[in-house]
Amino acid sequence: MTELLSPALWMVLGAVLIPLTRSHLRTAVIFSMPLLTLWSIWQIADGVAGTVSFLEYPIEPVEGSPVRRLFATVFTLMAFLGSLYAFKTAKWYELAAAFAYAAGAIGVCFAGDLITLFLYWELMAIFSTVIVWCGGTPGARAAGIRYAIMHLLGGVILKVGIEGVVISTGSIQIQPMLAHDFSTWMIMIGILINAAAPPVSAWLSDAYPESSATGAVFLSAFTTKTAVLALILLFPGEPILIGVGLYMIVYGIIYALLENDARRILAYSIVNQVGFMVCAVGIGTEMALNGAAAHAFAHIIYKALLFMSAGVVLYRTGKSRCTDLGGLFRTMPFTTSMGIIGALSISSFPLTSGFTTKSMISQAAVDENLFIVYMLLTAASAGVFLHAGIKFPWFVFFQKDSGLRPKDAPWNMGLAMGGCAFICILLGVAPNLIYELLPYPVDYQPYTTYKVLFYLQLLLFSGLAFFVLLPLMKRTQTISLDTDWLWRKLAARLLLVMESVAGVVKQRFDHLGVASTRAGNYLVLRYLGDPHAEDSEEKSVFSRSWTIGTTALWISVLLSTYVLANYL
Amino acid sequence: MNQQDNNHWLVRASTIRLLWIGGSIVLGLTVVAQIFIPIKGHFGADDWFGFGAAYGFVVCLLMVVFAKGLGFVLKRKEDFYDAGEEIDGSVNGAEDSGDHSGDDA
Repeated sequence: MTELLSPALWMVLGAVLIPLTRSHLRTAVIFSMPLLTLWSIWQIADGVAGTVSFLEYPIEPVEGSPVRRLFATVFTLMAFLGSLYAFKTAKWYELAAAFAYAAGAIGVCFAGDLITLFLYWELMAIFSTVIVWCGGTPGARAAGIRYAIMHLLGGVILKVGIEGVVISTGSIQIQPMLAHDFSTWMIMIGILINAAAPPVSAWLSDAYPESSATGAVFLSAFTTKTAVLALILLFPGEPILIGVGLYMIVYGIIYALLENDARRILAYSIVNQVGFMVCAVGIGTEMALNGAAAHAFAHIIYKALLFMSAGVVLYRTGKSRCTDLGGLFRTMPFTTSMGIIGALSISSFPLTSGFTTKSMISQAAVDENLFIVYMLLTAASAGVFLHAGIKFPWFVFFQKDSGLRPKDAPWNMGLAMGGCAFICILLGVAPNLIYELLPYPVDYQPYTTYKVLFYLQLLLFSGLAFFVLLPLMKRTQTISLDTDWLWRKLAARLLLVMESVAGVVKQRFDHLGVASTRAGNYLVLRYLGDPHAEDSEEKSVFSRSWTIGTTALWISVLLSTYVLANYL
Repeated sequence: MNQQDNNHWLVRASTIRLLWIGGSIVLGLTVVAQIFIPIKGHFGADDWFGFGAAYGFVVCLLMVVFAKGLGFVLKRKEDFYDAGEEIDGSVNGAEDSGDHSGDDA
């Protein structure tokens, strides 16, 4: 029976216990639950652990496989490091929501059927919204509502797809499929909404930067990467995903280049990095899927590290706009160096985790002879160094002296960043640690001299381009229009137009109402008359006093007609 | 204190000049090294000398210029969504009052 209990339930227990405990006991709960979850994850064997019947469907709450364990491991690791980063400053309800959110992500990892997957999917949607709201500002409240609408809509689309697949195949199994009919398209769209794919990528950069300094660390880890896992499990080799991924890669770079808010730059670069993974799932070979899984693992850690360093800056200064920051390296050397390690990792610099994992995706494109895809991925690698690798640390920690002299990170935040940075470098120098956990056997050598030299040329010269083009990248206090303009502006305008049209129609009806009342009154007066007229002179046809003879005549006519009609 | 901080060794003009010189040497070396360590291209088109360096520089140049151009069309003031709501607010204030995209993030 216990084998049917998902490791996610430890995190659910944690989410329940956090509000019920205080001080040291709460701290103990916060750190013990992820560790118990991690232990539990590695007890799960490959294959379905068991089946329970629900509404005549065979529900499989726990199914193990290497890729599922890999994602669950990194999610749990992130819950632990995120909690270490957050536990001293975050509100209890943010921590509880983060645990429930992580439970959703871990639950999806082990879901053996589509119904279980959907339930955990919605758990993520609900509690990630709470984390956005924990930002505490009016902006966070509004962004949280938009975020919730987007994710609940995605959930509905996913559910429609699941229902369709269940009806057409009679199976709720999670198994590879291609988007070939309405139902499978709906499932893929539902998942892609969570992956921040076009045309709705804007939800991510809208919501994440509104969260608190600690909340963004949790948000950056789970939703999009759970979507990547779902794509690996359900749509490996779906060719549309290559195009979708490439679009996300370019979109992320361009918008990050335009952006002024440091945390929004990082949000755009999540879309960019998830684009690499989506593209890899689209390529669909063993090398590509290994690359997607490994890159997701590495990405979760270095992206959390970047959000942590930006979070420390926000926590210490209350600012996150590049125009307000700069020169922080003087008093925040540790946070600066952690930010730089994260930035180098995301740029896939040799000796970091980004290099050993992302280059697998490029290799997969080479193996499949996808020339344009390879060239675009390579260009994107240069672009990542440009927008995240240099732009983020340069504008936040260096550039001009903003005059801000904040203290460096508190010990717990420093320790969490140190842990992430350690993993980034460890996976860069000892990639076999991650390669051994991947779904397929790895036959790939990341460190060949010519490959290292090629990437050094590519990245260092894109760095040169950054400094040469610095005058073109002067920060402005602006935001960039995105597709969310459609629902934040156009939809609001349309609503106003509809309201005014409805107003005009109502006015017309009101006029018509007045006219018909008048006509009615006239008819009443004309035929029924006014019995209370002052002079008692009854003018109307039916109000007149008729003589008895006339009345008798009318009655006899009516009766004769009735008798005639009865006999005819 | 500020005076001292402004003279931090990393922001002195002499250090910045040294960094540019050092950086240029490293850049040059990565290209020259290709004479001794031939880089194998995968498709032929990416096989020529200094391809990585040229490709990295040129695509970044194109992306920055493209983003700059797009910026003229897409960039709006930070209070773009808030400002819109204020205008709309006179007609439809109640529904929109919660929607202030935070410039205090």
